[in-house]
Amino acid sequence: MSDTAQAPARLPMSQAGWVQAWPIYPLLLFVVALFLYPVAQILVLSVFDAEGNFSIANYVRIVTTPVYLQTLVITFKIAGWTTFFAMLAGYPVAYLLANSSLRTRDTVTLLVLMPFWTSFLVRTFAWMILLGRNGAVNRLLISLGIIDAPLSIIFNFTGVMIGMVHGMLPLGIMAMLSVMQSIDTNLVKAARTLGARGGQAFWRIYFRLSLPGVAAAGLLVFITALGFFITPALLGGRRETMISQVIISVIQELLNWRFAGALSVMLLAAAAVVFYLYDRLLGMSTLSGGGTPAELVSWNRHGVLARAGGFLGERLIVVLGWLSDLAGDLWDRVFPTSPDKPHRGLSRGVLWAVSGLVVSFLCLPSLFVIPVSFTAGNFIEFPPQGFSLRWYETYLGSAGWVNATIRSFIVAGVTAVLSTTLGTAAAFTLVRRRLIGRTAILSLVLAPLVLPRIIIAVALFYLYARINLIGTILGLVLGHTILAVPYVVITVMAVLKTYDERLDQAAWSLGASKWRTLYHITLPQIRGGVIAGFLFAFIISFDDLTVALFITGGGTSTLPRQMWNDLLLQVNPTLAAVSTVILVFVTVFVVVAEMLRRHAVARAG
Amino acid sequence: MTEARTKLAIRGVTKTYGAVTALTDATLDLGEGEFLTLLGPSGSGKTTLLMMVAGLVPPSSGDVWIDGKLATYAPPNKRDIGIVFQNYALFPHLTVHENIAFPLRMRRVPSPRIAQEVERVLDIVRLPHVASRLPRELSGGQQQRIALARCMVYRPSIILMDEPLGALDRQLRDQMQLEIKDLHGRLGITVLYVTHDQEEAMAMSDRICLMNNGRIEQIGTPQELYFRPCSVFVAQFLGESNILDATVVDAGESVVLDGPSGLALRALADRMLEQGESVKVVIRPERLRLLRPGETDDNLASGTLKEMVFGGGVCRYFVSLPGGTVLSLKQLSPDGAQPQPGDTVRVGWSSAHALVLRQCARPT
Repeated sequence: MSDTAQAPARLPMSQAGWVQAWPIYPLLLFVVALFLYPVAQILVLSVFDAEGNFSIANYVRIVTTPVYLQTLVITFKIAGWTTFFAMLAGYPVAYLLANSSLRTRDTVTLLVLMPFWTSFLVRTFAWMILLGRNGAVNRLLISLGIIDAPLSIIFNFTGVMIGMVHGMLPLGIMAMLSVMQSIDTNLVKAARTLGARGGQAFWRIYFRLSLPGVAAAGLLVFITALGFFITPALLGGRRETMISQVIISVIQELLNWRFAGALSVMLLAAAAVVFYLYDRLLGMSTLSGGGTPAELVSWNRHGVLARAGGFLGERLIVVLGWLSDLAGDLWDRVFPTSPDKPHRGLSRGVLWAVSGLVVSFLCLPSLFVIPVSFTAGNFIEFPPQGFSLRWYETYLGSAGWVNATIRSFIVAGVTAVLSTTLGTAAAFTLVRRRLIGRTAILSLVLAPLVLPRIIIAVALFYLYARINLIGTILGLVLGHTILAVPYVVITVMAVLKTYDERLDQAAWSLGASKWRTLYHITLPQIRGGVIAGFLFAFIISFDDLTVALFITGGGTSTLPRQMWNDLLLQVNPTLAAVSTVILVFVTVFVVVAEMLRRHAVARAG
Repeated sequence: MTEARTKLAIRGVTKTYGAVTALTDATLDLGEGEFLTLLGPSGSGKTTLLMMVAGLVPPSSGDVWIDGKLATYAPPNKRDIGIVFQNYALFPHLTVHENIAFPLRMRRVPSPRIAQEVERVLDIVRLPHVASRLPRELSGGQQQRIALARCMVYRPSIILMDEPLGALDRQLRDQMQLEIKDLHGRLGITVLYVTHDQEEAMAMSDRICLMNNGRIEQIGTPQELYFRPCSVFVAQFLGESNILDATVVDAGESVVLDGPSGLALRALADRMLEQGESVKVVIRPERLRLLRPGETDDNLASGTLKEMVFGGGVCRYFVSLPGGTVLSLKQLSPDGAQPQPGDTVRVGWSSAHALVLRQCARPT
């Protein structure tokens, strides 16, 4: 629904308007107190010395110490390559999803999103099983006679790339898909009937129109990748240390808040520079999906840089078009076509093959934790030795593991309820009321999505240290809610935007009070979005390591925190058993929630 | 229609999707310069047929010939056809000029020629001043004309139009109908047109191919389809009809039939009928007359006036015959005394306007 169509329904802001906007206030208060204030504080802290005088000593230290600058360069390099590979591998899958039947799309989407739901630590652990010197990949390659000696594919750049691309692909694919789905399929057909060969039609029209999606997805992936620390810590070597890892060690080993604050500012500045360049080259409107497709893709932008880029891009696309048509010509020459026989397209087959590979890369690795967890041996190895349940016994017999598991469930459950309540209420105000500074408010509420999590975690740690929330379940719940609430706001806003408000008006006119209308009419209709938001919130809390890393300790660990300790110190098959339990639980949870959601959507639809 | 060169020949084309048959055994010829419309309700197979001519959907069996060349499975860019899509499918990132130049670039026409040609077609569609604009800066009608210009610029053998006026409002649609018809006449282009709007089809077409349930019901001029429908479906889809069940009594020049509840009918038939055969008789509502006392006609029926609906220039009457059959009549509104509902009235019609449905000569 367009804004103009909704405008008359929204009331202009008046004194009554401020009162009527009340559902957003709890969330606003929450975000200001637990996000804006602590983050601002930690950043401000970086420009003061211990005596409280203004000082840029921390920044001088970063700029003059080669190791910190190197870390920054490495961080950019890793994030850059991750973005490149994720876009390259994700594009064909997104294209396939955008151009296939609804059933195929649903199935493949579920597969693509599976790793997104699976715990990040479980996935990284699975890669450790697969990529090691004696890991499954090396064993397979050697037994097939492809290589003689094991490849080094872990604890180096390759390992980090595999882990990071694996982690970022779902996000990249879904972001590209959302733009690709808005491309009119008739345009490519039109280009074909106007005389374009397949290659020209694809590159000049489809690819060209999908570029804003690629750019937006690339930006998202890049910004997210900047803040990573789990993958480089577990799959990389010392030369793949990223800036978040440095922040963690500065806090955990030196407890130097001011310096950690300065490093956070560097990380933020890096993200800001990328945003700025993106805006100069492509315009920010591509992100929100505002503007019309033509606005998003017009090469005629101002600025020499942008124009030169546009010109080169145009030429490149034409060349790519001729090249793929040349390939098509060669193919036709080897396998001639004739107008009296149907022929199978080369491109469709290649597309399916590539997408199949990418989707297998996404889905299969996590499954390797399952057989490993049943090993009778003392070490993690694939194929496992014999069969036993001893590692499950170790898991369930350990008070530490069991307590961590219970704590994780409690925290995730409470976080999901709190986020869903705050987020849903706020979404109503954001969609239905005309607020002054609505964009600013929305940006603030959604900021935890883009801000590297490590900065939020450090800021919360600093805040909690002074109000004695460290190591408490309450502290964890509050922190996780900050991370999770943007997802609820987004999913509920999405369903509310398509919700016909006249249904509410009808209910009021039929005699229902506002609350009864909400309960009997509105909520059942938007249930799909609310359930999706709840699901997101639960999984984000259940999977979070970053916040837990700082504000939980030995006796107050959550499951990810406990896994992290073991992964760093003593990798053993108990981890596989824990991972398997998490994998099974999350799968069941997601499937049940998806069934509930589909049921709700079907009823509402 | 004059004998013209065949531009498009469709021979026994069938399309199945799994167990679903979208098009059954379609055979159709399109002559040079002809304007032929595929007309039918949604799901009748008309768009499937169009997409197969365009090469965007491969047929399951049968042949498609374009300009004397076999093109059944030729790719769309090798067919020498042009399509105007319902939503125009103008490339949003290219200006009007670039949109129209696109097919010429794909054919590697030299740049100076491209500029000339684009100017030429923009003049034809009377929009010479919009060349540098983006499609979204144009109105719906203008976009429609640019889509047409983009199609005409490379002079394809056939121009296919898939409900091109569907997105326009009524007034603009009427105007564009005239413009397309005028362009067709002036430039002698060959057009295969798809619509579900029967008035549009009748107003624009040289011939109409009426489709239903994946089959071609009847092909003919608008007059043929209207006055000589060959099935109940055709009679009901184009205009309104009274359809009466009857049994043949005497199969002479003017057939005598036994109609519902003993009504004796005289009708025309353009085929040989057998005595005792069950047939359907079609009479258009505007061909039925309310008879004044003393007036008579070839066919007579008397019944009760059930309802009268005043519609401005024309009035509609519903007359219930004994036995339950209801006849629908359309007459110019009388200015004098009117019969009132409940009155007994007499209805008459000429046997020339009562047609025994013939069997369709279905293509095999």
